[in-house]
Amino acid sequence: MSEAGEPSAARSVLARTGISLERVTGVRIAVIVGLLAFALIALPALLSDYWIKVLTEAAIFSVVALGLNLLFGRVGLVSLGQIALLAIGGWFASRLFFLTNMPFPIVLLCAGVFTALVGVLLGLPALRLSGVHLALITLMFAGLIAIVVPTTNFPNGGGGFLGYTGSSSGGLTVRRPSIAEGDDAYFRYTVIVTAIMFLLALVHVASKPGRAWAAIRQSEPAALAAGVNITVYKLYAFALAAFMAGVAGGLYAGDVGQLSSFQFSSVKTIDSVTLLAVVLMGGIYSLWGAVVAGLLQQLLPALLNDWFAFFQKHPDFLLVLFGIGILQVLVTAPEGIVTQFPRDMRNLGRLIARTAARVGRRSPAA
Amino acid sequence: MIEVDGLTVRFGGVTPLDGMTVTFPGGACGLVGPNGAGKTTFFNVLSGFVRPRTGTVRAFDENLLSMADFKRARWGLRRTFQQEQAIARLSVFENVAMIQEHSGAGRASRRDDVMEALTFVGIEDLATHKVGTLGAGARRAVELARAVVGKPRVVLLDEPAAGLPTEQTERLGQLIKAIPDHYGALVILVDHDMSLVSACCETTAVLDFGKLIATGPTAEVLQNEHVIRAYLGTEETV
Repeated sequence: MSEAGEPSAARSVLARTGISLERVTGVRIAVIVGLLAFALIALPALLSDYWIKVLTEAAIFSVVALGLNLLFGRVGLVSLGQIALLAIGGWFASRLFFLTNMPFPIVLLCAGVFTALVGVLLGLPALRLSGVHLALITLMFAGLIAIVVPTTNFPNGGGGFLGYTGSSSGGLTVRRPSIAEGDDAYFRYTVIVTAIMFLLALVHVASKPGRAWAAIRQSEPAALAAGVNITVYKLYAFALAAFMAGVAGGLYAGDVGQLSSFQFSSVKTIDSVTLLAVVLMGGIYSLWGAVVAGLLQQLLPALLNDWFAFFQKHPDFLLVLFGIGILQVLVTAPEGIVTQFPRDMRNLGRLIARTAARVGRRSPAA
Repeated sequence: MIEVDGLTVRFGGVTPLDGMTVTFPGGACGLVGPNGAGKTTFFNVLSGFVRPRTGTVRAFDENLLSMADFKRARWGLRRTFQQEQAIARLSVFENVAMIQEHSGAGRASRRDDVMEALTFVGIEDLATHKVGTLGAGARRAVELARAVVGKPRVVLLDEPAAGLPTEQTERLGQLIKAIPDHYGALVILVDHDMSLVSACCETTAVLDFGKLIATGPTAEVLQNEHVIRAYLGTEETV
């Protein structure tokens, strides 16, 4: 990323908008467009229904991971409650689907906004706490939701406030948007919503809130002296992360049709912790880290299950792998896999080139 | 003008500020004293990080201490810290814009305000560079630009020249001296480099053990025997 050679017209436009130049260079846009095209066109053509389902979930979890990536990487706040917020978003979206005839995107938006309000409440302790204390409080919140969800269940077209019916004839599934009823189409739909969420994150990071968060992360006294209203911006970060979890919850409801309370029950509370682990491994200083995190959380277990019979018997062994993964990342690349992988590939390329050159020099003499 | 009256700060058994009473008339004012004299604590009171036991601070006839801490930047209070606060992975422009946009200045004037501050400190060419890639002198200039961007009324500089080589310190001194005329702001400069304080400040106040021991024109104050003794530490060693 050379900064000296940027065209001055672009520089002045960006200086006016206050958006950092490095993030919007042509190369990056090309990479993003290429990856999106690959995901939208090539993947559904190449992969079986099962793997498309897995990747749909990976995209959904990358949106949840994105919220945590912003919270932890940009503001320095830990939350272990994001999966619980995913459940809340899923519940609210399901309820709206059965209660109203609102279009799918509107339901997603409402689920996001509602979950954002819950996120603000969850963020209140963050005004006084940080680090391990905040992590504990948010984990307790996750525990609370894990108890509540099996009692209330997810709406399935029943009556009353909860909208749940236990009868065998009940149990409707959430309707998908008319343009995305098949699994392939719903995968594309999910990828596009995911891309919009990443755009939303990028816009925030590169503008006033992003700079305020950076100031808070650096030093709260300095942020105060700079005029940053710390209360507002911390809660804003929690609201945005929760909004993303809520939208992801809506997508998840549409994906599985009927969310099951088991997916969010107390045995699954560990997912809240693994989410932090994969976000750390992916990389918290880059938004791409959230994509890697989503893949680690959903695609990696599916791959391991597919490849090794051992993992089908012992799915919790994944935690051990994540532990090793975190150790590896913290020791060798605190910026995460998203920085480490390209760097290692570059080094490997150089090594191969050097070796080839050496062999090339030697062989004529031999 | 800033009038400080009877300002006392106590943490447990320590009294970093002990009935400090002083007036900063305007222009660039020095605030000196040995380590632990209470200079940074005084800045922290002005910033709102520390609540004093007693005392008042009136700045341009407004009660500074009754303002919410984060609103003081909007009022026009700016400061630097002993540790650099610019964010390494953001550009110079973003780092200065951050202060401008949270201190109540309009979005429309953001680019002009930021570029004006960068031009004032002489780093307008580095606007798109990341702060982490800059040398020590340029990073200090960024800190100074953050302290003057927009419409500052009071600029607090906490050891802005610490660790800089002599020629860069002199250049920084010229900038600090120019702030009152250029921005119409009152500057309070804390530094251990007496030649910097003499070069920038018409008046200087001296703190020792949280108490004001001398104030007045800088040249006279630095000749004051109490001040010399406080700095040489003879009172402590006897």
